[in-house]
Amino acid sequence: MSANPMPNGDATPSADPALRADPAPGTDPAPGGDPAPSGDEILRLEGLEVHFPVRGGLLDAILKRPRGVVRAVDGIDLTLRRGEVLGLVGESGSGKTTTGRVVVKLTRQTAGRMSLDGKDVSDLWGSRALRDYRRRVQLIFQDPYETLNPKHTIREFVMEPLLVNGIGTPAERESRVVDALEAAGLRPARDFAGRYPHELSGGQRQRVVIAGALVMGPQVIVADEPVSMLDVSIRTELLRLMLDLRAERDLTYLFITHDLSLAWVIADRIAVMYLGKIMEIGPAEQVIRAPHNPYTQALVSVSPTPEPPTMGERAKRTILVGETPDAANVPVGCRFNPRCPYVFDRCRVEEPPLFDVGGGQSAACWLAEGGRELPVLPPRPGTVPA
Amino acid sequence: MTVASRRQSLPKLADPSAPLLVVEDLKTHFSLGAETVHAVDGISFTLNHGEALGIAGESGCGKTTTALSLIRLLPSNASIVDGSVRLYGIDLVTKSANALRRYRWREVSIVFQGAMNALNPVHRLRDQIVEPLTERLGMSEKEARKRAGELLELVGIPKKRGGAYPHELSGGMRQRAMIAMALACDPAIVIGDEPTTALDVMIQAQILALLEDLRHKLGLSLILITHDLSVIAETCDRVLIMYAGRVAEEGTVDEVFRRPRHPYTQKLLAAFPNIRADRRTLDVIPGSPPDLRHPPPGCRFAPRCPFAMEVCTEVVPPEVTFGQVRVACHLYPPGSDGVQVTTAPPNAIGATVPLVEPPPAEPPLEVAGG
Repeated sequence: MSANPMPNGDATPSADPALRADPAPGTDPAPGGDPAPSGDEILRLEGLEVHFPVRGGLLDAILKRPRGVVRAVDGIDLTLRRGEVLGLVGESGSGKTTTGRVVVKLTRQTAGRMSLDGKDVSDLWGSRALRDYRRRVQLIFQDPYETLNPKHTIREFVMEPLLVNGIGTPAERESRVVDALEAAGLRPARDFAGRYPHELSGGQRQRVVIAGALVMGPQVIVADEPVSMLDVSIRTELLRLMLDLRAERDLTYLFITHDLSLAWVIADRIAVMYLGKIMEIGPAEQVIRAPHNPYTQALVSVSPTPEPPTMGERAKRTILVGETPDAANVPVGCRFNPRCPYVFDRCRVEEPPLFDVGGGQSAACWLAEGGRELPVLPPRPGTVPA
Repeated sequence: MTVASRRQSLPKLADPSAPLLVVEDLKTHFSLGAETVHAVDGISFTLNHGEALGIAGESGCGKTTTALSLIRLLPSNASIVDGSVRLYGIDLVTKSANALRRYRWREVSIVFQGAMNALNPVHRLRDQIVEPLTERLGMSEKEARKRAGELLELVGIPKKRGGAYPHELSGGMRQRAMIAMALACDPAIVIGDEPTTALDVMIQAQILALLEDLRHKLGLSLILITHDLSVIAETCDRVLIMYAGRVAEEGTVDEVFRRPRHPYTQKLLAAFPNIRADRRTLDVIPGSPPDLRHPPPGCRFAPRCPFAMEVCTEVVPPEVTFGQVRVACHLYPPGSDGVQVTTAPPNAIGATVPLVEPPPAEPPLEVAGG
């Protein structure tokens, strides 16, 4: 944590993350009346960091230069509430995928704690307990073409986790596979079980991948860009399937995507990541309609829609100059400050914590301190070249 | 916005009064063993000087094949079996492969989707731009290097980055480099085949703004091939919606996107996630596109269409023009008023259903509505 100055006046980051990532119940007047987080939350990340060492060259070693670190995830607090779809949105290099990998324990965090159902699971590694954890927290990958082994039948793919974990008798395993395939909408399951991936359409393959996650009876599913490879007409059916399954099987989703519009469609809450940090989090409606962080605001303004933009809409866009900086060279102060249209002196020296802006929404921006609204930018003068 | 601003002369046979590009009844088929895939099956459109035309549709609808057919960059099992592609009135379909080389890059160039695959990984950026200049335009090495530098600056890459190899650049920068290459020979038409598909939204916004800017500066004509309707809404003047190798609807972006007439266009637009629309009201298009080895008789969208009538399964709908729009659908027969028909019959499969019901007071475990 020492590498990451967090100006959080009243508490250390790990002591009370709820104040920032997730406002305490008493201060949360959100409609829907969420019960206390203790009974409501299923997964919690506190001060999570993933820093990768940069491999230095021989010259660096000889000159004894300090080794750099890539701060892929740089101190985030995130709570997943039971039964919700939390959309984790960010561009390449934002750390969203790394966060997902930590949640399913494919990547080890370098700092921070995580708990599932109130039980600390930060240090479960290589043990039987990890097996149990993975049964409860499953991952769906982006690309069904890469996930499925072309030489395995659908049955073999879906049954594999059961075999690896030594679950059930052969008959029980078969019935669980059939159940998972049918739940994923591949009916009748016996028709599909014997087929190979190349015999299925893209949408059906993604359903097989979903069945492979369902067969373990998980509570939490981390879905990393689950529909990005699919045509729009197929996407909707899969999104609907995911929402149906949530209701039928009490699932909770961490839905990772680069596409804010997709998060808007499926997520109950949206968290926006930039360069390893959460810039804004809150109910989807508020984050999209009333963003309090300039980065979110810019993303919303350029999010493509199938409606031809009017001149007025074009003028209101904030096309950020340049690209997300390298996570090995995170800017000092607010990490977004070099690209921020509202930047002022404080942003260059001090990193803002997440400020509660009301209604369960928080934004990491000095302008949001005290729940203030973002100022309105003057219209964009023509296009902005990089 | 004039052709006169181009540096090079028109081909000898060019008819200056002809529209820039006229494609008529283009048919490109693939042979797959003993069977024939009717990938592009009678496509017509016109591209005028300085215009941007978007060609949209789902995977396998033939949009990329259409684009590649224009300058015959087709795989070996594909062939243009009918129709014409006239550039300045010159038919390119009848040209020999060798004669066609005169038109590639110099008249029509392509920006491909995966810039990492399209750029040569072992050559420096500048050298890759210099090559078409010396090869095609016969420029001297020195001239070509100077022009390459200008082109890089034009697309927003600092001149000194010209010495970089493709892997040293970000995805956005590589895409800019691809655009610089496509512009190298000052072509009349640039075809973008999913030019922003693999990019982040902010980078996509930058690239689209760049294309828009270049279009106005250089008087380019653009053909943008994409599955992403929002990219077309953003950059194009006109849009052509393809379905299963045919034109479903074509017209000005404003008219087609705001008053879609063809049921497929309506569905496609309604299935597109829209951050400005209400949450969770995505439409579903039931079924899947037809097998183009054995396309259905009549309208190819009929099996999935909520409006399908008996005639749709038997007779191919003619393309009828209503003002700014051309539509191929039996709902709009010749002589009709062409007023948009939108309400699906009550029992139609695929009538608009919200993705889930609007969340009740007690989220989040409600049962989805479907």
